Amino acid sequence: MKLYINGNETRLGEACGTLADLLSRPEWKERRMIVELNGAIVGKEDYGHVTLADGDRVELVHFVGGG
Amino acid sequence: MKDALHIGGKALSSRLFIGTGKYSRNTLIPEVVAASGSEVITVALRRVDPSSREENVLNHIPPHMTLLPNTSGARTAEEAVRIARLARAAGMGNWVKIEVINDQRYLLPDNLETIRATEILAAEGFVVLPYMSPDLSAALRLRDAGAAAVMPLGAPIGSNRGLRTKELIGILIEETGLPIIVDAGIGRPSEAAEAMEMGAAAVLLNTAIATARDPLGMAEAFRGAVAAGRQAYLAGLGAVRQEAEASSPLTGFLNV
Repeated sequence: MKLYINGNETRLGEACGTLADLLSRPEWKERRMIVELNGAIVGKEDYGHVTLADGDRVELVHFVGGG
Repeated sequence: MKDALHIGGKALSSRLFIGTGKYSRNTLIPEVVAASGSEVITVALRRVDPSSREENVLNHIPPHMTLLPNTSGARTAEEAVRIARLARAAGMGNWVKIEVINDQRYLLPDNLETIRATEILAAEGFVVLPYMSPDLSAALRLRDAGAAAVMPLGAPIGSNRGLRTKELIGILIEETGLPIIVDAGIGRPSEAAEAMEMGAAAVLLNTAIATARDPLGMAEAFRGAVAAGRQAYLAGLGAVRQEAEASSPLTGFLNV
């Protein structure tokens, strides 16, 4: 399956059924992030039942220092 | 609370807002918060880099602080709106500093896009604090669009050049009826005091504290300067005149 994560084309095995599956991968787990899927914000409570599809655009953002 | 600053339904006792950028280590942030007495703190939103285990800046911000996420990186009103909604989705409150910039050399704000973003976000219930170039008609439009305050720049972001736009900021203070928060450019405590003496409601600083040799000492210096400037404004400055006016009586000299 092909996703665009933060603009980068990423190929994943079929194991990534839901957003929760994606976010449990080592590179993303245990981070405090805000998730946007195809331009719409997804709440934490929905990660487990939002299914990912080929070509989906996922944005994962967080707070950093700024003025 | 005596002389509180009322913004977005909150009563703030400190008129010094601070940023979280450019610190040599994030663990300085809670110490700077304590030294500055500040109650409002800015943060930015960025894509997570999977290759870096960079800590989340929120872990270093004491829970009593009001978070002011900025929309830095936005070039249009739509981008600013999107960033603001993402920040609010994180459950960090509904305050937002609109920052829409198309000029990469001086990082001067785009007032027109800023007004558009303010209209949209204020209508969605955000407490909108727009960073802007100090122009009266833009400030009035921001007020009409629902801004809770306006935040004119004193000088370009991070420049530490001081209150270069002083005359224009003075006009905004006189004419808008909104709290005016001087954001960007202030490099020295004396400049923060000057802004407060003029009647600014608050100042927002990042670089001046974060890049000082001793950020905690500088935070404390700015805290004192902002309080002194505010007190001077409330006390009413004496009149400025061209010629001398004796402070001592001009009669009754011993030898006359």
